[in-house]
Amino acid sequence: MLGTGIIKGLYITAKNFVGTYFNPDERLTTLQYPEEAACIPENYRNFPFLIYDGSDPVEGLRCVACKMCENECPPRCISIVAERDEKGKILKRPRVFELDISVCMGCGICAEVCPFDSIKMDHHFEIATAERFDSLRLNLPQLAKSNEYFRKTHPIDALAVDTKRAEKANKAASKTQSPA
Amino acid sequence: MGKNFLAENLPETTVCSPAEVRPFYDDFHGDLMEISMGPHHPSTHGVFRMDVTLDGEIVVKLKPVFGYLHRNHEKIAEGNSYFAAIPYTDRLDYLCSLTNNWAYVHAVEKLAGITVPERAEYLRIILGELGRLINHVCLVGFLLNDLGTSFTPLLYSLRERERMLDLVEELTGSRMMCNFFRFGGLRTDISADWLARLKGYLEGLFARYLDEQDALLTGNEILLARTQGVGVLSPELAVRAGITGPMLRASGVNYDIRKVDRYSIYERFNFGIPIGAHGDTYDRYMMRMLEMRESVKIILQAIRTVPAGEHINPNAKNRGLRPKAGESYARIEGPKGELGFYLISDGSAKPYRFRIRPPSLINLTVLEEICIGQTLADTVVILGGVDIVLGEVDR
Repeated sequence: MLGTGIIKGLYITAKNFVGTYFNPDERLTTLQYPEEAACIPENYRNFPFLIYDGSDPVEGLRCVACKMCENECPPRCISIVAERDEKGKILKRPRVFELDISVCMGCGICAEVCPFDSIKMDHHFEIATAERFDSLRLNLPQLAKSNEYFRKTHPIDALAVDTKRAEKANKAASKTQSPA
Repeated sequence: MGKNFLAENLPETTVCSPAEVRPFYDDFHGDLMEISMGPHHPSTHGVFRMDVTLDGEIVVKLKPVFGYLHRNHEKIAEGNSYFAAIPYTDRLDYLCSLTNNWAYVHAVEKLAGITVPERAEYLRIILGELGRLINHVCLVGFLLNDLGTSFTPLLYSLRERERMLDLVEELTGSRMMCNFFRFGGLRTDISADWLARLKGYLEGLFARYLDEQDALLTGNEILLARTQGVGVLSPELAVRAGITGPMLRASGVNYDIRKVDRYSIYERFNFGIPIGAHGDTYDRYMMRMLEMRESVKIILQAIRTVPAGEHINPNAKNRGLRPKAGESYARIEGPKGELGFYLISDGSAKPYRFRIRPPSLINLTVLEEICIGQTLADTVVILGGVDIVLGEVDR
């Protein structure tokens, strides 16, 4: 009979409409964003940041300026200049670490290739600025975040990294002890 | 001038017999009208333009114009390492980046002779079919939106897509730009908990969505009237033009690369290939609805039988890969058709040539043939049924 399909369809829409009252988890998916925050999974990645141990962002920085992330970054948005002492010898820490987040595409390759677990992907996404050049080029103080912050946002990953680093430190300590 | 309107100046009225009464526009030989639909028309699914020449409301000529979203994808990939091209493939067909990743790593694995562990093959099939579900859910919603059913089927579809994207985000870290496949496997392993939740979702809410969408749309008289017999593509033309994917199968040609090439481990799964009979827009819609049910079948079989083991070949080199000089072409059955990558290596760390065969671009080439003789309103529906993503067409 002509029109049966339409009546059937109207029954479905009515069922969905009534269902939004009785079963909002299944039928309603809207979140009232600024008031209600979406649950961010641990794997979520936005832009990279640098981790420092302890309380001093300069001394505790894990980055050794090996430039592996700079070389692997697909859109080349990272630029690193290593620190040098007075004699021009390269020190194992960056003097300049700049990240242009207007170029960064958040692929996570830098975090994947970093051998020192220094660069990780951030969860923070409310980063709009009024100016689109200098304020989107993040420098070292803006990028460095504490290990406590990383533990809070990535509990599973941080635990794995911490145990790995503790084991490494133990090994290094026993090595220095054994020849002496 | 005013004088002519005086009663005595009017011509004498004549009475003609009913046989002589003709519609007034038969005598009206106007010019053809050329209109430019797009590039910012909401029905063109992106920045795509159609130069349509109309006779009244009937299309007599149609010229598809694309290139507005050209981002130099192939050249960028040729300037980067093999590894760094993976996240760029996400941005080709941004609705289902998982299958794009797969096609590219498949080509590199063929070029460099990398083997993939058993478990990784199963997980790849699960993710690839999940990508197909996400794409088809989108297509069904947006096709109905093009028909003018403002929003209800679209929102039901996007609601389900959102649930699948939540799962994808939890696994890969990103909703659409997954960047999850690696040469020789996957970036991370997939937990049993995630697989169980995917299974629960596909058997529960997603199965209900498919049944509801079928009840809502498939027998709906308005949908039938608007899509049956619209945009008919003959199987001969489809084969000659190189059409692939659901659009080719809607024309009645039994050709699916999952069955023809037997790439990965698809021959171990029991699934059917839906074939259409008329090649019209309704058949194209039905292909997608039926394929979603087949994809769910494949995913459930794969989750049931996925073995333990490694998620990536430990000997496979991702960073700093330098394949031997040579060439390779690998193709997979993407949600839109044959998605192929052609690579030439000169032995260095960068591909010498990086070429993509995008299914939506090739499927667009018959747009003029299937639109001629239809009304302007139908071209919108036909374009919706072809299923294009401009990120892939323009690259």
